[in-house]
Amino acid sequence: MLLSKVVAIIALSGGEAGGSPLDVNPGLILWTIITFILLMVILKKAAWKPILNSLSERELFIKDSLEKAEKARLDAEKLIQDNKSAMVKAEQEAQLLIEQTREYSEKLKSQMLDESKAQSAKMIDDAKAEIERKNQEAFVKLKNQVAEIAVDAAEKIIRSNLDKEKQVGIVNKYLDELQKN
Amino acid sequence: MTTLDTLHTAADSLKTAIATKTQDTGWIMHHILDSRELDFPPFGVIHLPEIHLFGIDLSITKHLVFIWLAVIILSFVLIRAAKSYKKSRIPKGFNNVLEVLIVFVRDEIAAPTIGKGFERFLPYLLTVFFFILTANFIGLVPYSSTSTSNISVTAALALISFAVIQIGGMMKNGVFGYFRGLIPHGIPSWLLPIMIVVELLGLFTKPFALAIRLFANMTAGHIVIMALIGLIFILRTYFVVPVSISFALFIYLLEILVALIQAYIFTMLSSLFIGMAVHQEH
Repeated sequence: MLLSKVVAIIALSGGEAGGSPLDVNPGLILWTIITFILLMVILKKAAWKPILNSLSERELFIKDSLEKAEKARLDAEKLIQDNKSAMVKAEQEAQLLIEQTREYSEKLKSQMLDESKAQSAKMIDDAKAEIERKNQEAFVKLKNQVAEIAVDAAEKIIRSNLDKEKQVGIVNKYLDELQKN
Repeated sequence: MTTLDTLHTAADSLKTAIATKTQDTGWIMHHILDSRELDFPPFGVIHLPEIHLFGIDLSITKHLVFIWLAVIILSFVLIRAAKSYKKSRIPKGFNNVLEVLIVFVRDEIAAPTIGKGFERFLPYLLTVFFFILTANFIGLVPYSSTSTSNISVTAALALISFAVIQIGGMMKNGVFGYFRGLIPHGIPSWLLPIMIVVELLGLFTKPFALAIRLFANMTAGHIVIMALIGLIFILRTYFVVPVSISFALFIYLLEILVALIQAYIFTMLSSLFIGMAVHQEH
């Protein structure tokens, strides 16, 4: 009796529509399950598989690309390093070459200078000796000539040693002749 | 006898309240409950066909129509998105939103809770997430009805979740291995009878809680909005209109959040239970 009244009140409190939100409708449960399973099957085939596949494909692609880029970067860095070291080496070699050349040219220069100095000294010496020799020669020639002239003059003096006037005239005449010559 | 008397009077007063139709809950319930017709006031009513098969009432109801609407929208949008992925790797427009949600379900729900081998459960989890989300959002559109605020619908979803959990656990651990794994290791043997009952009950309470949670959350928001609007007619004054409308609007915005959160929670908990069934060692 009590229970039936309680049930009646609960049923009535559901309102005029006669239903309660807690009413379970087995038909609707069945429909929902059928619909949901159909939806799942359709979407699995037509949507989830292609979408998830392309998503993971893309993730793989991005990962790959990033790895490749990283590798390329490392390669480029290595290349730059190589280039730098090669350049440094080349510069060192060039420096060495320049140094060697400079040394060689310095040596050559000093050698040539020494040689030419020695040569010029020798030439000066030669010239000096020649001058000395020529001087000597000229002196001997002059001496001979002076002696000859003196002898000539003496001869002429002696030849015209007749009178003083004549002698003076002869000497003057001779001197004039000398002067003319 | 006094109890019976009070019950009598309570029943009588309820009867009169309903009879006079002054302050009944019928109009709120009319919006919440399932029915055999689609109501489009003031344009009219569409009566839905009644079907009886094998002794079960398989009539098409209002909520079923909106479930089908959700299914149609979902199929259309998702298949279109899948086709666009065939064309190019880069998603465009609305597909970006879909992708965010799909990746969220995959990386934030399924992967951490199920762990290894989560891929085989992804179609179910994605479908249930998008289905609940769509159904919840459809419920926010005027003239529509929230199919997820029907206990039968949420019970059906929970039943499917229950099946997926059990089948997933059995496929991984074997039927006997799965049931043996339900009982934690290293408990004293005299506790076994209690533990068996508790664990078996636990199997059923999980999906039951799923069903009730979704149903209650989706129903509550609508009832609160109706009650706030009803305040105008209960108090019979226009002064309460701004308050009612602004509070109803606030609840409505909250409902948008709830729609998202409930879809997330249902999927998250299903995923968690699947993870627990598949990896029983934890």
